[in-house]
Amino acid sequence: MMQLLRDARLVCAKDLRIEIRARIVIAQVLPFGALVLILFAFTLDADSSVLPTIAPGLFWITVLLSSILAVGRSMAIETDNGARDGLRLSAMDGGSIFLGKVGAVVAELLVLEVLLLSGTFALYDIAARGWLALIATSLAATIGIAATGAVYGALAAGAKVRETLVPLLVLPVCAPVLLGATKAFESALHGRSGEAWPWIQLLGVFAALYLTAGFVAYEALLEEA
Amino acid sequence: MSTTTKNAPRRSSPVLGLLVFAGIVATVVMGLFIAPKDTVQGDAYRLLFMHVPAAWLAYLAFGVTAIASLLYLVPRTRHLRWDYLAGASGEIGVMFTALMLAVGSLWGRPIWGRWWAWEARLTTTAILLFLYLGYLALRRMGGSPEQRALRSAVAGLIAFVDVPIVHFSVSWWATLHQDGSVFNSKMQVHIKDPSMQFTLLLGVAAFTLLYVYLCIRRMQLLELEEGMADRELQAAIDDRQLGVVSGASSGASQADASANSPVTI
Amino acid sequence: MIVSVRSAVCVLGRFPALAGADLDIAVGEIVLLSGPNGAGKTTLLRMLAGLVPIRSGTASVLGSNLVADRRSHRRRLSFIGHDTFCYDDLTVAENLRFAARAAHASRDAASNAAEQFGLGPLAGIAHAKLSAGQRRRLALAVAFAREPELLLLDEPHAGLDAEGRDLLDNLLRSAPRLGQTVLVASHELDRTRTIATREVRVVQGLLEGGLVGSGSTAARSDSEAAAIS
Repeated sequence: MMQLLRDARLVCAKDLRIEIRARIVIAQVLPFGALVLILFAFTLDADSSVLPTIAPGLFWITVLLSSILAVGRSMAIETDNGARDGLRLSAMDGGSIFLGKVGAVVAELLVLEVLLLSGTFALYDIAARGWLALIATSLAATIGIAATGAVYGALAAGAKVRETLVPLLVLPVCAPVLLGATKAFESALHGRSGEAWPWIQLLGVFAALYLTAGFVAYEALLEEA
Repeated sequence: MSTTTKNAPRRSSPVLGLLVFAGIVATVVMGLFIAPKDTVQGDAYRLLFMHVPAAWLAYLAFGVTAIASLLYLVPRTRHLRWDYLAGASGEIGVMFTALMLAVGSLWGRPIWGRWWAWEARLTTTAILLFLYLGYLALRRMGGSPEQRALRSAVAGLIAFVDVPIVHFSVSWWATLHQDGSVFNSKMQVHIKDPSMQFTLLLGVAAFTLLYVYLCIRRMQLLELEEGMADRELQAAIDDRQLGVVSGASSGASQADASANSPVTI
Repeated sequence: MIVSVRSAVCVLGRFPALAGADLDIAVGEIVLLSGPNGAGKTTLLRMLAGLVPIRSGTASVLGSNLVADRRSHRRRLSFIGHDTFCYDDLTVAENLRFAARAAHASRDAASNAAEQFGLGPLAGIAHAKLSAGQRRRLALAVAFAREPELLLLDEPHAGLDAEGRDLLDNLLRSAPRLGQTVLVASHELDRTRTIATREVRVVQGLLEGGLVGSGSTAARSDSEAAAIS
């Protein structure tokens, strides 16, 4: 068990160090997300009062789209120089590799969300409140998205069509996350945090389910797929 | 080769095919001409005779895909046959989900006054369609049969587990802002007339038989394709073994020829 | 026997890369795999490393039955292929440390391996900025940092500079003394034959001279003569 967590931490630290060096998520995915938020504002007429109302939905769509790119990057790290075979040859359990990779994507996405959310509040003129619910929602939703992304990323890892296949697989599965996170944010921002918690519980169940599925299945996927 | 006779295509008996055909013709006749008009919806309700069986089939097919995926993943029951069944059933499921959405949409137009409504069951079904479109795309990804089987078994199970979560979240969402006054979301049709009831049951039975028929044919095709690939592979193995035994000197030149292959062996 | 393979068939896509291989290797042997391109040398090494499944036949490596479990023996071996298994954005030292820790090797295995292959001066350089020769050295260092009992080397001399080749040959020569067994596929026959204790020829997915003391004598005579010299 301790070995498992140590290995997960090793993989997670490795991925984060690579991100710090290469700055793909921060220098490419974050600007992409910001751009999507701005384009939403353009097309939905920035003056209207519509934006603050639908901001939670727009924010989570943006996060979901950005997370597809972040997951793609997380997989691409392992395709160069046969790194996947390197991982397979290591003594690490597939489950710990999965946890490590999910951990790194979660950390990257949380940074992304903090920055994008500040941008959303500023751009769409929203007063932030219900912080506890906002934070809990982000954590649960992000873990769910990252776990699903890592599983499907591994499923499609060998394919030449990976870039187009992963979004088609991840987006429908994550529909409940999009819905739940949006509703929870809406409730929290309207000062009705109490209504957010059932949604947050749903997000938690989703995250736990796909973390477990990935933990169990990852080794087989790493070997065969 | 002696194996060809053993693996020769089993001619499926025409009885099932005829039964399916008869069942569907009977459903059409019953549904269009014999069942009476509905007191509220008039003739429009007749779409029900297609809609309900299609919906039932879609869920049946995806359920079978999930069970077959599970059976493939359990080491004791692992066999490529389960993968063929999962794939065949998934294809049929997608087909009938699309049919269910199309029929539902046609039905919504006269009854609700619009093609689409953001109602829980409709939204869930739409997401379901995309879930399994992704599943089918994954199956076409290539690789060895074992790779495909494992990948799609995992994806098939994940998709199936997702269905109740999607349904739960969507219906929860729908009850929050229900504009129930605009349309009757339940689309209540009172099936009291015995000929209506009979037609509906007949439709479900005929569609179920159709599913079994399509599934068997599709699996037979997949098994034949696989059997052909297996025989080609066995021939290639035999070739390599014979090549070495027969010509000691020609062996090297043959090997050099195969060195042109782009893959590093 | 540290390696024992009987009638192993391995399939890549639809191609039988190994069509029934037989091979026995005892602890401390240095076995040279020779043969033309496309004969199945790489597949044999990858199969022994557990990276490629066996379609039929049997294989046992380091006491593990690969048909049932092709994973648990991996931490005790190292495989070198065309790739370095390294991350472009990490430095030489970071890549080595990650490989050693991921293989659960001892604490100073990474730095020892770096020293052995003269990578000290390159420790802070990112993998992406290394020359081809330096990458080969790093790949070798990664393999040795895992502290393996069995070394599976696929063309380890390719792309390596003269000094690196000598370094590698010396390490291979001293391997038996350290209890290591070596299986090396190479086109540089003159060089490798001086190190190897035995030569196995791979032709058309089959092995000639894989089993000691039996097998098709006609095919074995010349390769054995080469191995003795």
